[in-house]
Amino acid sequence: MTVMKKKLNKTTKSNLITYAMVVIVYIIVQLLVSGGAVSSLMKGLLVPLCVYSILAVSLNLTVGILGELSLGHAGFMCIGAFTSATFSKLTNGVIQPAGFRFLLAILVGAVFAGIFGLLIGIPVLRLKGDYLAIVTLAFGEIIKNIVNVIYLGRDSHGIHFSIKDAASLGMDAEGEMIIKGPQGITGTPTDSTFTIGIVLILVTLFIVLNLVHSRSGRAIMAIRDNRIAAESVGINITKYKLMAFSISAALAGVAGVLYAHNLSTLTALPKNFGYNMSIMILVFVVLGGIGNIRGSIIAAVLLTMLPELLRGLNDFRMLIYSVVLIATMIITNNEKIMNTIRRFLPKKQAQPVKEETK
Amino acid sequence: MQFISYLINGISLGSVYAIIALGYTMVYGIAKMLNFAHGDIIMVGSYVVYIAVSSLGLNPILSVVISAILCLVLGVVIEKVAYKPLRHASKLAVLITAIGVSYFLQNMALLIFGANTKSFTSVVPAVSLKLGSLTITAETIVTIVACVIIMICLTLFINKTKAGHAMQAVSEDQDAAQLMGINVNATISLTFAIGSALAAVAGVLLCSAYPSLTPYTGAMPGIKAFVAAVFGGIGSIPGALIGGILLGVIEILSKAYISSQLSDAIVFGVLIVVLVVKPTGILGKVIQEKV
Amino acid sequence: MAMLEVKNLGISFGGLRAVDGLDMTIEKGELYGLIGPNGAGKTTAFNMLTGVYKPTDGVIKLDGEDITGKSTIEINKAGIARTFQNIRLFSELSVLDNVKVGLHNHYKYSTIAGILRMPAYRKAEKKMDEKAMELLKVFNLQDEWDYKASNLPYGKQRKLEIARALATEPKLLLLDEPAAGMNPNETGELMDTIQFVCKNFDMTVLLIEHDMKLVSGICQKLTVLNFGQVLAQGKTSDVLNDPKVIKAYLGE
Repeated sequence: MTVMKKKLNKTTKSNLITYAMVVIVYIIVQLLVSGGAVSSLMKGLLVPLCVYSILAVSLNLTVGILGELSLGHAGFMCIGAFTSATFSKLTNGVIQPAGFRFLLAILVGAVFAGIFGLLIGIPVLRLKGDYLAIVTLAFGEIIKNIVNVIYLGRDSHGIHFSIKDAASLGMDAEGEMIIKGPQGITGTPTDSTFTIGIVLILVTLFIVLNLVHSRSGRAIMAIRDNRIAAESVGINITKYKLMAFSISAALAGVAGVLYAHNLSTLTALPKNFGYNMSIMILVFVVLGGIGNIRGSIIAAVLLTMLPELLRGLNDFRMLIYSVVLIATMIITNNEKIMNTIRRFLPKKQAQPVKEETK
Repeated sequence: MQFISYLINGISLGSVYAIIALGYTMVYGIAKMLNFAHGDIIMVGSYVVYIAVSSLGLNPILSVVISAILCLVLGVVIEKVAYKPLRHASKLAVLITAIGVSYFLQNMALLIFGANTKSFTSVVPAVSLKLGSLTITAETIVTIVACVIIMICLTLFINKTKAGHAMQAVSEDQDAAQLMGINVNATISLTFAIGSALAAVAGVLLCSAYPSLTPYTGAMPGIKAFVAAVFGGIGSIPGALIGGILLGVIEILSKAYISSQLSDAIVFGVLIVVLVVKPTGILGKVIQEKV
Repeated sequence: MAMLEVKNLGISFGGLRAVDGLDMTIEKGELYGLIGPNGAGKTTAFNMLTGVYKPTDGVIKLDGEDITGKSTIEINKAGIARTFQNIRLFSELSVLDNVKVGLHNHYKYSTIAGILRMPAYRKAEKKMDEKAMELLKVFNLQDEWDYKASNLPYGKQRKLEIARALATEPKLLLLDEPAAGMNPNETGELMDTIQFVCKNFDMTVLLIEHDMKLVSGICQKLTVLNFGQVLAQGKTSDVLNDPKVIKAYLGE
């Protein structure tokens, strides 16, 4: 049927635009870098931009597609980061080539984060709105706290574990410390590159976009739009909530792996794995458009670069950032202003708005 | 005896959390929003007192009063400028705006006062009460007494005054309250005013007991007080009291008997257990969804 | 064997006896009405039939199968689908997707197959598209298949809700005040739609309604509830002329 083809093309076209956008940006950046046009400051931002993009897209799966407010996303990133860094350190030199080891590290981070997503989701997803939000925030803080008291070491006898201090590990003198409590992990092989980051973004997009435009995705969105109606047509609410939540967590874990293998020292601080980070990602998701996957990436990139571009204004930049945030929220929620803006948009937006999940 | 000492400290810290939680819970119940910036009002209140006492040499009590008034005004202004335009927007939009306000306050303070930790001079005289082998500081007593007085006053206000009844009405059904002739805008402004003034008081009490002050001092207590409000049942005033006290006690006891680093994790862990067992908090109302 | 057999169904909420001693038998293919004043317990009865509430007393049998106290999802799988008093559509999804959600349990493929776009996904989606469009055609909604569900006018939203319920291939269709908020034209159209569904889908329908034109127009049998108890039961014309019913409810 031509009607079916029209629908298929519209969705596919929209997705292709998103993939193309990422690839084109990659090409442009690589050209700029090889031409020496990129400052070292900007070069240092490339992998973090990929990290934040993946975090934003994965959080949008929970907030925009499943419709649940999660304030603990950084916790899953933390799990991915630490499990993969531990794995990489333990297998460094043992598993060759390095690229294969990194691939395994990515899987380790994703799987552990996903499992935690499942475990946390089971009690948490039963809660209503605001309560769910605060519990996810609580879990994020708990994860960060616990990681800070873990001591892991390896010597000739094997692996030692403690939550008290390094001495209680009882290791040989030649033993190697892997996780040093609040000092975290040092010496993680720096496998992350911009190219790998872009590839991971594309993989994340592939998973999320295809999930959304599938039977499971429809079920998840049905739960978001009307849980009671979804139940009445036989949708297993718990199964699909857990599915969305754990896939979202696993992808956050992947972002964590990318993040961990970009630094020589990995520590769990409030600013990188605490609620501050979770909230920053949430801001990306909301400003990019709830449910708008492409928007999440755009927002993540722009909002991360904005403070850097404002560097000239130095002390004032975070202040300006916060004002921009407040102003954007007020403007985009003001009927009068939005209607005026809509008049300048292409005509098709004015008609009964067709389904958009970009 | 050590235990009693910890317990009292816990109740004192909990009293501070309770006062902060009150602001959260009132605003949530009446304006139906999570004012993420509430914790930062605490910080502002503390800085005002700090400046008043150390730079201007004003009397501590007067400073607290000035701080409460300034924060009251600040709260009302924030509501009018940032939250009122979003009253009919999605809850997520309001939350993000509140986050923006929080960032704004923190960075304003950073600009004005710098990131250096300021040493806060307590507004309470440094005397102690000795009960047998137990030593209780004046700060502890003042904090707990302040909390009790505030709770009593607030409960009386809500139940016995016209403005208090208006608040109850608006929290039940904003549209119906408006149709009954209640000035919803004024009621919401009043809520923010009271909450913010209380935050200032809480900030002063907090910094008197834990005298280091930075632009980020308010954030974590704000989060914990929010947890306490949810713990006790968000929207419930007695719930804020119970939640706050319990949280303070659990935090101090965890620091003392288990681990200082894990105390936050334990506090949050208890919250999770409570909510899993009773999803609307200890005193929360269960709202049935109409099918 | 009757399609729906309800015996001595009852539920208490605290001290309030919302429904008490409800007996009802609906034969296969019947268009049955449940009427009564507001607060009589009609929606409560519906909620017990669809697993939203667990009855405190009584038995519910669907096509011989005991479904008393089962969950909403189990009851839907057993063969009951419903619409709601306040239309519950998946507001952000398209009209077509709303129906496709109804087809969820009839055209399955694994999530992995969906993500990897394997042949199982393509085949099932194609079939679902066709089946969903068929259903939309029945309700004359096929031209708005890609509209956002919340952008449809009220009357069409109601039809979409019914289409979605039918997608689950139920044996019994429960309609909770389907004509609520409709003008006489829309109600007339709805009456034709319900009768069409009953005939062409070989469907048994139980509906709650206040609109007497619709009730007397299409319902074959009625049960009248008052204060949670059965006031009268039987053929529509008999019930509507019953003096007890007229006194308590119709007041005409």
